[in-house]
Amino acid sequence: MPPIPMANDMTNFPPERLLDLRDLAVTFATAEGPVRAVQGVSYHVNRGEVLGVVGESGSGKSVTVRAIMRLLARNATDTGTIRFAPDGEPLTLSGQPRDSKLMRSLRGNRIGMIFQEPMTALSPVHSIGTQIARTVLLHRGGSKSAARDRAAELLARVQLPNPGEMLDRYPHQLSGGMRQRAMIALALACDPALLIADEPTTALDVTTEAQILDLLRGLQKDLGMAIVFITHNFGVVADIADRVAVMYLGQVVETGSVDDIFYAPGHPYTKALLGSIPRLGAAKRHRLQTIQGMVPDPYHIPKGCPFHTRCDHVRPGLCDVTAPPVFSPRPGQEVRCHLTGGAA
Amino acid sequence: MLRIILTRCLWAIPTLIVVSFISFVIIQLPPGDYVTAYVAELRRGGEYLTDTQVELMRQDFGLRDPILWQYARWITKILLHGDFGQSFHYNAPVSSLIWDRLGLTLLLSTISLVFTWGIAIPIGVYSATRQYSVVDYVVTIFGFVGKGIPEFLLALILMWVGFSWLNMDVGGLMSPEFDTAPWSIAKALNVLEHVWIPIVVLATSGAAGLIRVMRANMLDELGKPYVETAYAQGFSERQVVWNYPVRVALNPFISTVGWALPALFSGDVITAVVLNLPTTGPLLLQALKMQDMYLAGGFILILSTFTVVGTLLSDILLAWSDPRVRLG
Amino acid sequence: MTDTSRAESHFTASARTLMWRRFRKHRLAVVSLVFLVACYLAALFAPFLAPYPPDKIEKLQTFVPPQMVHIWDGGPAWPFVYELKRTRNAETARVTYEQTDKKIPVQFFVRGAEWSVFGLGTSDLHLFGIEAKKQKLNLLGTDSLGQDVFSRLLYGARVTLSAGLVGVAFAFVLGLTMGAISGYYGGRVDTAIQRLMEFIRSVPTIPLWMGLAAALPIEWDPLFVYVLITLILALISWTSLARVVRGRFLSLKSEDYVLAARLSGASQTRIITRHMLPAMTSYIIAAMTLAVPEMILGETALSFLGLGLRPPVVSWGVLLQDAQNLRSVALAPWLLTPGLAVVLVVLAFNFLGDGLRDAADPYGQ
Repeated sequence: MPPIPMANDMTNFPPERLLDLRDLAVTFATAEGPVRAVQGVSYHVNRGEVLGVVGESGSGKSVTVRAIMRLLARNATDTGTIRFAPDGEPLTLSGQPRDSKLMRSLRGNRIGMIFQEPMTALSPVHSIGTQIARTVLLHRGGSKSAARDRAAELLARVQLPNPGEMLDRYPHQLSGGMRQRAMIALALACDPALLIADEPTTALDVTTEAQILDLLRGLQKDLGMAIVFITHNFGVVADIADRVAVMYLGQVVETGSVDDIFYAPGHPYTKALLGSIPRLGAAKRHRLQTIQGMVPDPYHIPKGCPFHTRCDHVRPGLCDVTAPPVFSPRPGQEVRCHLTGGAA
Repeated sequence: MLRIILTRCLWAIPTLIVVSFISFVIIQLPPGDYVTAYVAELRRGGEYLTDTQVELMRQDFGLRDPILWQYARWITKILLHGDFGQSFHYNAPVSSLIWDRLGLTLLLSTISLVFTWGIAIPIGVYSATRQYSVVDYVVTIFGFVGKGIPEFLLALILMWVGFSWLNMDVGGLMSPEFDTAPWSIAKALNVLEHVWIPIVVLATSGAAGLIRVMRANMLDELGKPYVETAYAQGFSERQVVWNYPVRVALNPFISTVGWALPALFSGDVITAVVLNLPTTGPLLLQALKMQDMYLAGGFILILSTFTVVGTLLSDILLAWSDPRVRLG
Repeated sequence: MTDTSRAESHFTASARTLMWRRFRKHRLAVVSLVFLVACYLAALFAPFLAPYPPDKIEKLQTFVPPQMVHIWDGGPAWPFVYELKRTRNAETARVTYEQTDKKIPVQFFVRGAEWSVFGLGTSDLHLFGIEAKKQKLNLLGTDSLGQDVFSRLLYGARVTLSAGLVGVAFAFVLGLTMGAISGYYGGRVDTAIQRLMEFIRSVPTIPLWMGLAAALPIEWDPLFVYVLITLILALISWTSLARVVRGRFLSLKSEDYVLAARLSGASQTRIITRHMLPAMTSYIIAAMTLAVPEMILGETALSFLGLGLRPPVVSWGVLLQDAQNLRSVALAPWLLTPGLAVVLVVLAFNFLGDGLRDAADPYGQ
């Protein structure tokens, strides 16, 4: 199949599309020199769709969503296009300053965000009710008691017991799972079109994780919002996502529907990751695969294909020299690898 | 909440008893007593007392009784009649001596405290949110220098500058000619001309330390995830900073705010001595130097009572402001 | 060095080497360390460096202003000072000094007053001085008794600087014991010690110091008073050290590696001495460094008020007593130089302590 370049038409923005990233690059200025945490990431999310973003720590998946939120650290600079269409016409978010009016009106309102650490992501000195009501008041106005009622309704929605009582509880009085539920209620305060979930279950134990995933799936179905779900865990992705983007060292190496990624992975990195998942009922004496080597440090990103230092199928003279183009093995799946396209 | 206040208050009672006894013991500690110091002073003036006279004086003052008995007599009078005893040196009731100077002391220390807090907290917050900016560097240097310069040295330097370069009459609360004059605009202006040095000195040294603490607390808090959560809700930077991290960063402060109480009462002793201010500090110094037992004892007792009450106040305030303390 | 070998040397370096590397990045802290070492050396060799004994009274040379040593006389020249002419203003009866044109060369390794060489013998060698009949070399001027301020400053450094160290040593013993007890046993003992520390910390320091210092009788031996004063300073400042020790103890107790040591059957003593204390030393050293300036300020303040050390002992606080009087400061601002010395030393200790604290933090930048 001939290589098809990733969609590069800047004006192309189909109506079902909610969020669209094009060639997003983020660089941090540090004392030891610039760090290119994200280099040319493109992905999109359609309305009501769950996109799973998978990658190891340091792959730039969290930095990418902070660029969407325009909440990058002060020493970061970014290029590329970010477009977001919560209600019809797409808005261009890239280039918006951190404290801009547009961003403030979107954050917490049209885009909700949940974080990894439910322990510390809520203010320790304000009650859950106050924190949610403040967000409601900020974006919707109205009376304090109305905002409080809305908060109680949200707490009920995330299935916290005794929502009326929960309003006056403080984060330190809740368990990790309950805090994450409260966090979700906060993110949903104004019925966002997009929910960004940055490793929301990583800090939780397995049972709680399953419950939170259940909850998110249910809420997504009821409210019809889109979710960008960031995780390093393929199992979680299989559970919740419609489509998957796999990231490695600041690049998206493969995107596709959940089935394509799991049953017909195109990129050696995706294959390797899938191979390293332990499975029940797998053949006995089947050794769990590992990926050789370590993730290169962000100051020294390899030339050519960033994965070539660890790839089992590396072709010297090709993979370590030229950056691979994008191939599309089947509609909706895109792989950034020299080998998948059959090129030599 | 009520339970916390109650238990804390109950705790304060034994502490106060111990503290009052220790105050009394401390003033008994030095070998010799007021009579010794008094005799020494007379001798310096060229007068001599016979041993019998000295002994009579001791008995007069009740200095020969056992210490527990002396303590009991002292504390009952204070509790029942508010009578702190008689100053040997000034030959006046201790309470009236302290009372005379308390007004000015409280006024000066309150003004400088308000100045300190009013300056230090906003600057500390600003400096933390703009880390490594020019303002931050200036503030950091100011913090260090303020920590390095002892208050009395700053007072001396300001006095010297005011006296030698600005031709001002410095030291004391007002120029001598206004001492007995009735209040007038001229007198008020004169007082203002004198009072700026102690306020600048006290506010500077206080603010320097406070800014450092506030900045460090804020830097700790600004890095925490809940701040990012607040930004992700769409609040502006000012709303985020003042509603979230400042609230948390203030807690260590609130836990020490009660300590201001004893400090308000004693004022800054050294600055007051250097500047010759009629506050309580120099009186305490004098009392300690002269071993003026009841005056010094009264002082130390009030000071420690204020300390206990201040700590109590802090605890209650902290419980009120920090749910993690209140609800365990 | 290539990138890999640098990275490798970073991974294999010992904790101490890493700490030293981090410390060296704090230029201000390094400068402060050099400055403090110089100060302590100067204090140690004060009798040799000071041209005159600290208590040498010159009735005809009161309030001499600081003298400039010139090394330029139309071209590079041997260091010299100008001769001073003493005149008395008939109206104000005030003595003033005027420079004449006569140059007096500064000499090095001159013979002067005898001093004891650490109890081993005596010497009369001084680093520098001048030979003149009616004049002395007063780098920082003289005070109301004609005593050389520079010499007194050097001798005062011995008392003040050592008081800081001795006081910290006392505080260290107290703080380490109480902090370790508090952090290790926890429970009621911990609560009691915590309340005590809180109480001590909340009493305004100066009145508390004053109360205790006033209990010292005037007629006692100066050396004994010196020890007691440092002890009083330590009685108050041990709380901050104890807080650091307790905090570290508590956080270390729950560290995985301590648990691992316990599970592998290490004894209580072994865990504390081999695993916990080494992890604490750097923090304790930093906290101690930050406690020294408090002590120095405390000694200075008490002596300044006349409650601490008293003349004939020479300390910076005692020297500053001369500057208490506004008239003398206006007349002879150089009497404030001991104050400048206090500020510099206190700042240097603070910078050094901050640098050490940052270097001690293994997770710091």
